[in-house]
Amino acid sequence: MAQAGEDIKNYPGFMPITLFCLVVLYAPLLVVMIYSFNESKSITVWQGLSFKWYVDVFVGPESAKFKEAAINSFSIAIVAALAATAIATSAATGMLRGGSFRGRGFSFGLINLPLIVPEIVTAVATLIFFSAIDFERGYLTILVAHIAFCIPFAYMPIAARMQGIEDTYEQAAMDLYANKTQAFRLVLFPLMLPGIVSGFILAFIISLDDFIITNFVKGAGIETLPTAIFGAVKQGIKPNIMAISTMLLAVSIVMVTISYFVGKSGDKLKQPPGEK
Amino acid sequence: MAIVEDRNIIAVDVQNAVKRYGSFTALKTISLSIKDNEFFTLLGPSGCGKTTLLRIIGGFEELSEGAISLFGDEIAKLPPNKRPINTVFQNYALFPHMTIEENVMFGVEMRGGSKAEARQRASEMLDLVQLTQFASRKPSQLSGGQQQRVALARALAPEPKVLLLDEPLSALDLKLRQAMRYELKEIQRKAGITFIFVTHDQEEALTMSDRIAVMSSGELQQLGTAREIYESPHNTFVADFIGETNLLEVSVDALSGGSATCHLGGGHELICDEVKGVGVGAKVHLSIRPERLTLSDTPMEGASLSGVVRDNIYIGTDIQTIVDLNEGPQMVIRTSNSDRGNKRIFEPRSPVFVNMEKGAARLLAD
Ligand SMILES: Nc1ncnc2c1ncn2[C@@H]1O[C@H](COP(=O)(O)OP(=O)(O)OP(=O)(O)O)[C@@H](O)[C@H]1O
Ligand SMILES: [Mg+2]
Repeated sequence: MAQAGEDIKNYPGFMPITLFCLVVLYAPLLVVMIYSFNESKSITVWQGLSFKWYVDVFVGPESAKFKEAAINSFSIAIVAALAATAIATSAATGMLRGGSFRGRGFSFGLINLPLIVPEIVTAVATLIFFSAIDFERGYLTILVAHIAFCIPFAYMPIAARMQGIEDTYEQAAMDLYANKTQAFRLVLFPLMLPGIVSGFILAFIISLDDFIITNFVKGAGIETLPTAIFGAVKQGIKPNIMAISTMLLAVSIVMVTISYFVGKSGDKLKQPPGEK
Repeated sequence: MAIVEDRNIIAVDVQNAVKRYGSFTALKTISLSIKDNEFFTLLGPSGCGKTTLLRIIGGFEELSEGAISLFGDEIAKLPPNKRPINTVFQNYALFPHMTIEENVMFGVEMRGGSKAEARQRASEMLDLVQLTQFASRKPSQLSGGQQQRVALARALAPEPKVLLLDEPLSALDLKLRQAMRYELKEIQRKAGITFIFVTHDQEEALTMSDRIAVMSSGELQQLGTAREIYESPHNTFVADFIGETNLLEVSVDALSGGSATCHLGGGHELICDEVKGVGVGAKVHLSIRPERLTLSDTPMEGASLSGVVRDNIYIGTDIQTIVDLNEGPQMVIRTSNSDRGNKRIFEPRSPVFVNMEKGAARLLAD
């Protein structure tokens, strides 16, 4: 334990460094949020509160484009997150409950490798893959790519939750005449559920937000929100982009909050004190 | 109500059970028969294989060699959900996402009972363990002792033929543990099924069990009633592990008419019952319980060993006197405090004689 006198707050430079980090992290976000409510078209001069850019997003000249991009983004995020979560759940069950099998460590690496591969490499590789098998680029290529790179993100919270579930629960279920399927469905799955929900939400956000891979594999004529925003920004930053960004930020915050509360609401896995 | 029952029906029969983990042998050829309706205890120090044997009976571990049958049917190859045996796990393993009632209903439903049946059975069981008012709570909202009783109710609900309990009281504090001993015994009597109970607490074993199997490093040391194990230990390990005892090194001088004459250092001589496997000239151990020894200032009839009092230790119900035998080993004598009126307490350094009733000293084969 740190002594009172060694409190981290008393280290020289603690406050300035903290402030610097906070500013770098959050000032840009704040600027975007504030100026999305600006009356004027300027992105630097405040001219009064207005919701006109939000209205513009929904009914303005670019609204059709954004609407289509949003539908693509959300539908892909939901389907990709669902698929990735299902795969990650089976993977975690196999990895953590299948006993030790040959290639277990290797499989673990295989599942988590995408987390450390630079995204641009994955993007190029995925593109090459789709070209090689002559797969027409469009909605489906984006979806498949998203499912693939979302798996490790869904896997992490599921595996973390599962590691905390002692296998005596399943043994108790089996002892009480449940077969393997029932033990999974009635005991293990409900206990894993908070992890599964977190995994789904994380995968959803990652998919919703992805730009690099999507941009590579999407082909012409289809946009997701990030690629549509990128396209619009190339012609100059308009406050309606800030409005869209602020709304995306709100979605992320809501999802993360849900994930947090689901995690907290999960039944405590703590065992009564006992000798093991 | 008098129930005529055959006390000799075998519930669980373990024959030549061997369990190996890689090159380590956790169970070395164990054979034992557990009777129907019996409160049977596996007792032994940590790591001796009690849990392993229990898990083999429950179906959570496979035997490396040997056979195991339940009321005559071979069950070694059956998975746990096909064995009419339930377990009270050491950490209870109550399902945290279900209420107490749902926990207790689980086994009945999985066994094919209807919801109504399961609910009925759960209410009976919660009644039995006196937790009816907690039926709709979650396990995390109960105390350790209450969780322990839920685990018991849950395991009893599907009406198993045998109940396995792995140190179910070890997580409780001393007072509760003692109270639960009687409760558990009472529940076993009411349920009328076989309990196989694992503990490393000898007092627990002695007070609750019909029969006890004493184990050490994967081997069965002795099997018998509490009285047999305590009063007639087969070997040094059992004598030493169960209760307190004076273990004296002796050599056997003569055998005649079922008695053995032995001497221990300093010219002290003792006569005790002959034991199979101990011949003349053997150097063996002798066990004498401290409470079967008395002190006097003049030698009494029978074995009377002279010595000097070293110390008296007050331990509540008893006074423990340590005596250095003249040119011999040390001995511990226990005098009940309720006897103080008619028994003298000897001050340290006073010369005394240590007397033992006939049959108090027991020769041990190894
Ligand atoms: N899965 C396993 N792999 C290897 N060795 C094991 C395994 N399970 C148990 N053992 C070993 O087998 C021996 C007996 O273990 P067991 O759990 O049966 O002991 P126990 O008598 O129940 O002890 P305790 O009183 O501490 O619970 C121990 O030495 C243990 O290390
Ligand atoms: Mg054990």
